[in-house]
Amino acid sequence: MLAALENARPLAGGQSLMPMMNLRYATPDHLVDLSRLAELSYIEASSPRICIGAMTRQRDLMADVDLMAACPIIAAALRHVGHIQTRNRGTIGGSLCHLDPAAELPGMMALLDATLTAKGKDGERTMAMADFPLGYMTPNLEPHEFLTAVEFDAPPKNHGWAFDEVAERTGDFAQAGCGVLITFNAEKKIDQAKLVLIGVDEDGPRRLGAVETMLTGKAPGDALFREAGAMAAAEPMAEDALVTQAYRQQIAGVLVRRCLTQAAGRAGGAA
Amino acid sequence: MTGDTRPRTRVSLTVNGRAVEAMVEDRFSLGDFLRRDLALTGTHLGCEHGVCGACTVLVDGEAVRGCLMLAVQADGRHVTTIEGLADADGNLSPLQQAFMDHHGLQCGFCTPGILMTLTAYINESPDADEEALRDALSGNICRCTGYDTIVQAALSVLKPKGGV
Repeated sequence: MLAALENARPLAGGQSLMPMMNLRYATPDHLVDLSRLAELSYIEASSPRICIGAMTRQRDLMADVDLMAACPIIAAALRHVGHIQTRNRGTIGGSLCHLDPAAELPGMMALLDATLTAKGKDGERTMAMADFPLGYMTPNLEPHEFLTAVEFDAPPKNHGWAFDEVAERTGDFAQAGCGVLITFNAEKKIDQAKLVLIGVDEDGPRRLGAVETMLTGKAPGDALFREAGAMAAAEPMAEDALVTQAYRQQIAGVLVRRCLTQAAGRAGGAA
Repeated sequence: MTGDTRPRTRVSLTVNGRAVEAMVEDRFSLGDFLRRDLALTGTHLGCEHGVCGACTVLVDGEAVRGCLMLAVQADGRHVTTIEGLADADGNLSPLQQAFMDHHGLQCGFCTPGILMTLTAYINESPDADEEALRDALSGNICRCTGYDTIVQAALSVLKPKGGV
């Protein structure tokens, strides 16, 4: 249907596209409602490779016991996604395809190095989350394609995690947000650190590769995490009518330091 | 309705326990449908982009934005609106009564949405504390009360031996 109709859009949970239509930012001629496709709504989080259907509602992601056990950062981030009423309808796939720069779920998928599956008239294809954003709110999807699933490796059992963001009001768009996953080796040095910022880059979530490299192999501590925050704050960031680049850099740097500290405290075998 | 060629689709659903069959305009939100076709004007449409929460109704028992769901998507669902909270004799629900007792409303525009949000939330989380209640209320904007009386009203329903 998506391929056959002119100016058609798939409708997932409708918690982003419907507001855009109500405001006349988006004016599709046809909507193809995916909400009755039960086969796109599932969570398989009991194995090391976690698979989630694109039409899984945010509410269900927050309530899934296996997902909470394997990857608690997702539920922590979801608490910042809109409100109860929008999470009851909003889906993971819809959030990914809408690709708001401040959105939490694209940030989580970037952090977890997720693989996305899209389906279209020519069949299925997969892509890395890193290749999914093409620009401002522009996912790597053809008009006839829609997202069917995401999958990623569960973080190691003893990983530490943290998510935090700064927004004007609860549930508002993040001015900046940060997610951290961290693991330590037997010598209590950082084995692997993954960091992502949201809300700082118009093109989508931004992984902090240089900071991740800098942290690897080091012993955790306040000075190190301050250095990481300073590195993050030195990155160029978006500026808008409410938030200057300098302010965004400052809150991003603070969030990086805080999240690293919190994540290190939660990790098994942490210093 | 002669000359009205706007696309319509047949829907059958229940609204406040009553079976409803209708030919609804495809473009109508659930909120539009409730207000304009069913004359259930207790559901208020405020911002119409999912921020203010005034249009909150229950679909299959879950709080959703009436402005962000199309009426055709409610086909086969059970919808509850503010008109469905009181019983058949007009006795207010405990939460509604608590709002009266605690002065949990002033102008009343946001009240239907807040009552629907809290009705669903308290059903799911009867042990919620004040912080959780305030978080649950974050999707409903009230410009009159400052929320304190709303929270007090909700807390009085949560506590089994509350001060009502």
